[in-house]
Amino acid sequence: MAKGFLKRTAGDYVFETVNFVLMIFLLVVTLYPILNTVVYSFNDGLDAMRSPLYLWPRVFTWGNYQKILGQETIYRAAFVSVARTIVSTVFGVLFTAMLAYTLSRKEYMFRRSITFIFVFTMYVNAGLIPTYFLMRGLGLVNNFMIYIWPLLIHPFHLIVVRTYMKSIPESLVESARIDGSSEYRIFAQIMFPLCKPVIATIALFIAVWAWNSWYDTFIYAPGAQHLSTLQYELKKLITTANPSAGSSVAILTQPERITPRSLKATITVVTALPIVLVYPFLQRYFVAGLNVGSVKG
Amino acid sequence: MRDSGIVKGSKASFWQRAGSQRQLIIMSVPFVIYILIFKYGPLGGWIMAFQDYRPALPMFRQPLVGFKHFIWLFTNDQFYIVLRNTIVMAVLNIGFGTIASITLALLLNEIKVKAFKRTVQTISYLPHFLSWVIVVSLLNNILHVEGVLNNVTMSLGLREEPRLFLQEPRLAWPIVTLTTIWKNVGWGSIIYLAAIAGIDPQLYEAATMDGCRRMQKMRYVTLPGMKPTIVILLIMNIGRTLTAAGFELQLLIENGIIRRYTETLEIFALHYGLHIRQYSLGAASGIFTTFVSIALLLGANKIADVLGEESLM
Repeated sequence: MAKGFLKRTAGDYVFETVNFVLMIFLLVVTLYPILNTVVYSFNDGLDAMRSPLYLWPRVFTWGNYQKILGQETIYRAAFVSVARTIVSTVFGVLFTAMLAYTLSRKEYMFRRSITFIFVFTMYVNAGLIPTYFLMRGLGLVNNFMIYIWPLLIHPFHLIVVRTYMKSIPESLVESARIDGSSEYRIFAQIMFPLCKPVIATIALFIAVWAWNSWYDTFIYAPGAQHLSTLQYELKKLITTANPSAGSSVAILTQPERITPRSLKATITVVTALPIVLVYPFLQRYFVAGLNVGSVKG
Repeated sequence: MRDSGIVKGSKASFWQRAGSQRQLIIMSVPFVIYILIFKYGPLGGWIMAFQDYRPALPMFRQPLVGFKHFIWLFTNDQFYIVLRNTIVMAVLNIGFGTIASITLALLLNEIKVKAFKRTVQTISYLPHFLSWVIVVSLLNNILHVEGVLNNVTMSLGLREEPRLFLQEPRLAWPIVTLTTIWKNVGWGSIIYLAAIAGIDPQLYEAATMDGCRRMQKMRYVTLPGMKPTIVILLIMNIGRTLTAAGFELQLLIENGIIRRYTETLEIFALHYGLHIRQYSLGAASGIFTTFVSIALLLGANKIADVLGEESLM
């Protein structure tokens, strides 16, 4: 091959420079809003009102965090958030994998009909009001289980896990069956351990979904303080334009050097922190998970 | 056709097979009951849309009123405003979101330093995993009266007065679109990067031999190679015309001044259904959304078939 084809021209350098600048711009646009909120959470509230903060706190303080982490409301909300995330993830993963196992068995007579029943729900949505009435009829309004039941098995996760299980050599299952193992045993001791990568993927998906939910609290438990989550506490703060006396903003900001703005910034950081912390693990798995999902069949 | 003897035999074997597969049945049927209750159960509630639902009576003893609520919807100006908002924001989200994700994928593909490429990808996916509540909180901070955007525009002399960005009706749609793109552009680029990865490298070699420079390769090899993916995704998005606008962002930023532009069908159902307690009306607008979405999806699937692309469902 002639060398001329490989030589970089001036045009290439211009392109690469422009591309580099664009990518840096993207990184700044993505990260700066997060950084700016973190800066406000570490700055003295009253000082922040004097003039704007950009990249670094002017009057550094742990005060906002001390104030918030000392609050019973936030404590309880964090507890509910953690509880709903753990319960959803444990049961969601277990049940999704168990059902996916049966649907991955070629000989299973209801394989197609059950798959159809689940996939159909991805397209037909009854809507908010009928769903609300059903949940109320089941006694799930103002009940912790409203966080668990509706998210138990997602059809997309089901398809992803089933597809992965289909790729595992049939001979492993056959030999266990010849040894007289029950289906439960094959699932628990052979399939489930072999599916760890895809299980990890959907576990992270379910956990992120559960942690990030706020709409269910808003619809099914808006007044139940004992069921409020971190997301919902933050939601209440950002949709209250003028905090009146007696609201949590007024109580939290009263005697201290804390403003509603620094309070919101601090709760935002506390609420986003778990996601940011698991993110490095998360992103190792999700692209692989998506690739599995795209190989439908 | 099978003769009757074999049919009888297969009938007997239904129970035999069920018996031999009882462990699989035990492991799956509880979840079928679960999904029937939680996802199919609410479909029974659709009858509310044809009643004047009053909470005092049980659901199946309510007076039937036929299509009264649907007629009310279709003759109501408010409903058309909400429908307009839903469609406009969906089209803006899909249109600009697709362009942004394709552009990002093309540019990422041109980065030769692997570590830098991975860093950009990792960071650009992050906002997808933040909840809408977090995103709106970040947005409020940046758009605050004394926030960064106001201070920068004022110190550059572009404006004299700070703006209340979220109280300007003209800015509602651009803010919704830009915020949605901010959250999803990285995540959306994954599928286009996969499409680029699937292009035969020999095509690039041939283009190089023909003397194509980088931009020409993007124009004549990469983009045509992505075309099937782009077409399929655009067609699939037709089915999302009534849902792609989303509602969480709009619900979290709404106020009396911009509501006329940010209210979507879901918020309309929420407002009428749960806040004003016009349950039947809320249910009717939900049915409208579902039926139109299914019709659009089936139509899109038909279009894909006709165009000879891979069928979606």
